[in-house]
Amino acid sequence: MNYLTVDFGSTFTKLTAVDSVQQRILATANAFTTVESDVMDGFNVALEQLEHKIGKFNYEKLLCCSSAAGGLKMVAVGLVPELTAKAAKMAASSAGAKVIKTYSFELSKKEQDEIYDINPDLVLLCGGTDGGNKEVIIQNAKSLCSIERKFSIIVAGNKTAAYPIEQIIGISGKHCVVTENVMPAFNKLNIIPAKNTIRDMYIKEIINAKGLSGIQNITHNQIIPTPLAVMTACELLSQGTKKLAGIGEFVAVDLGGATTDVYSMSNGKPSIDNVVVKGLPEPFSKRTVEGDLGMRYSLKSLIGEIDTEEFCDKNAIELQDFERWIELCIANPESVAQQSSSNQIIEDSLAAKAIDIAMERHCGEIESTYTPMGEIFSITGKDLTRIPCFIGIGGALTNSNSPKKILSGGLYSKGKYKFLKPQNPKFMLDKKYIFASMGLLSKEEPNLALTLLKDSLLEL
Amino acid sequence: MEKGNNSKTVVTGVIGADVHAVGNKILAYALEGAGYNVVNLGVMVSQEEFIEVAVETNADAILVSSLYGHGEIDCLGLREKCEEAGLKDIPLLVGGNLVVGKQNFSEVEKRFSAMGFTKSYPPGTSLETTIKDLKELVG
Repeated sequence: MNYLTVDFGSTFTKLTAVDSVQQRILATANAFTTVESDVMDGFNVALEQLEHKIGKFNYEKLLCCSSAAGGLKMVAVGLVPELTAKAAKMAASSAGAKVIKTYSFELSKKEQDEIYDINPDLVLLCGGTDGGNKEVIIQNAKSLCSIERKFSIIVAGNKTAAYPIEQIIGISGKHCVVTENVMPAFNKLNIIPAKNTIRDMYIKEIINAKGLSGIQNITHNQIIPTPLAVMTACELLSQGTKKLAGIGEFVAVDLGGATTDVYSMSNGKPSIDNVVVKGLPEPFSKRTVEGDLGMRYSLKSLIGEIDTEEFCDKNAIELQDFERWIELCIANPESVAQQSSSNQIIEDSLAAKAIDIAMERHCGEIESTYTPMGEIFSITGKDLTRIPCFIGIGGALTNSNSPKKILSGGLYSKGKYKFLKPQNPKFMLDKKYIFASMGLLSKEEPNLALTLLKDSLLEL
Repeated sequence: MEKGNNSKTVVTGVIGADVHAVGNKILAYALEGAGYNVVNLGVMVSQEEFIEVAVETNADAILVSSLYGHGEIDCLGLREKCEEAGLKDIPLLVGGNLVVGKQNFSEVEKRFSAMGFTKSYPPGTSLETTIKDLKELVG
């Protein structure tokens, strides 16, 4: 059977043609995404390109994912920052959303105004364990209703508060769906129901609003957010199918123009003995998305995270060159650095830094405490130091000349020993940029998708 | 564990850099047996952790254990932080080997009471005593 997968990205629409009989990828092609006019325009241009390479392509099934028009923009609301607010953020990220901001405790007027400005597609409202605090989540439901934006609300908090919240939101005219609590009991994580509800809402409501309903009518699958397709591909590659083995634990980084996404497929168990594990348990497949770390649209905020002088010093970059290049990239996001130019060095160093920061936020932290019984370590989050494999995906890495140098930014550093980043992994690159495409294909032909994924990985 | 409609929630744990795990498990077991929803945080629990969990679970009382003699320093300021977090008047119970050396417990009790603890218990206190007090305090 012939499959055509389409990834409507924020910048490019990427097509992959797969022949399941020959068990191979026939060709890939891409064109600019045309969400302002009609997404089909960009699609048709890319298809022409594809057919130029392999001749007329009669596909039986068309599979699509999308991060066009800003992707799935979400806000997560919880009660305590380290508990339900963190669980809410984790649930939304694992559903493929771009979580712009996470709020905790009662929303202030200022925060309500901020949510108005963010104008999210969906809000995930959590707070309280089952039978725990319900005042805050009820108050936050009221606050969200008073924000004059069209977002729908997914309620995944204290079950005791669900009914009153449904009533409150119902009156306001906003749409609301109630699902299971993301944290039914202390430190018990239950994010799958919220994740599934977000996916369903995306299909039902957001696709239309993003101007994708035309394409939905001709596709075989239900359009899902691209990061969810990538996540599915990561899970497949790690765990395999009933017939074929996966490659086991790994970390993957997708560095883009607007965001940096990190996926870890690992149980993250402590690699040393005699440690106390603290904080929320984390899921085997975890995704974090950093909306403030990106090579173009989020360049300004990325620079904000960096001590520029130290950065230039360390990477032997002239401060003037640096400032000139940044200014140019912010004004013209389509700027591309020339090979082996000084700008290329700036690009690579910045990319490595973005991955460094994104990994710090994704991985666990270790802390040492001196007790009467000697030194005791405690770990919060995933210990990724023994991860055997570190995969680079996404355009910024696949198009770079030195992907290994960039990925190395995400490694463990002795100076910052508290971050449990990979110490000695082998580096791999998704050279054909097919993770999203294989995530889509995996729903139809998991064995083929896994084989193609493995084939596309290039060891660096 | 899901909270029943009528049962009360209590948060337990061993405070500070203390890793004595056995008594904590026995206490949690006994409290569960007495019909409480027990949120047991285990060992090496910080003040902040006790408070965050009590907020999220809407706890009715916090039971702090300390076995290694640094209890006084570890517990200092917990009441004030509870007030700050909106846990107004939540009962705070503390027990174990709270201080080092042979000190008159009534003195120790006074000091913990001044720090805002509702009840404090000397070494060797029976579980029944604590549970009886808890019943009077929160039901």
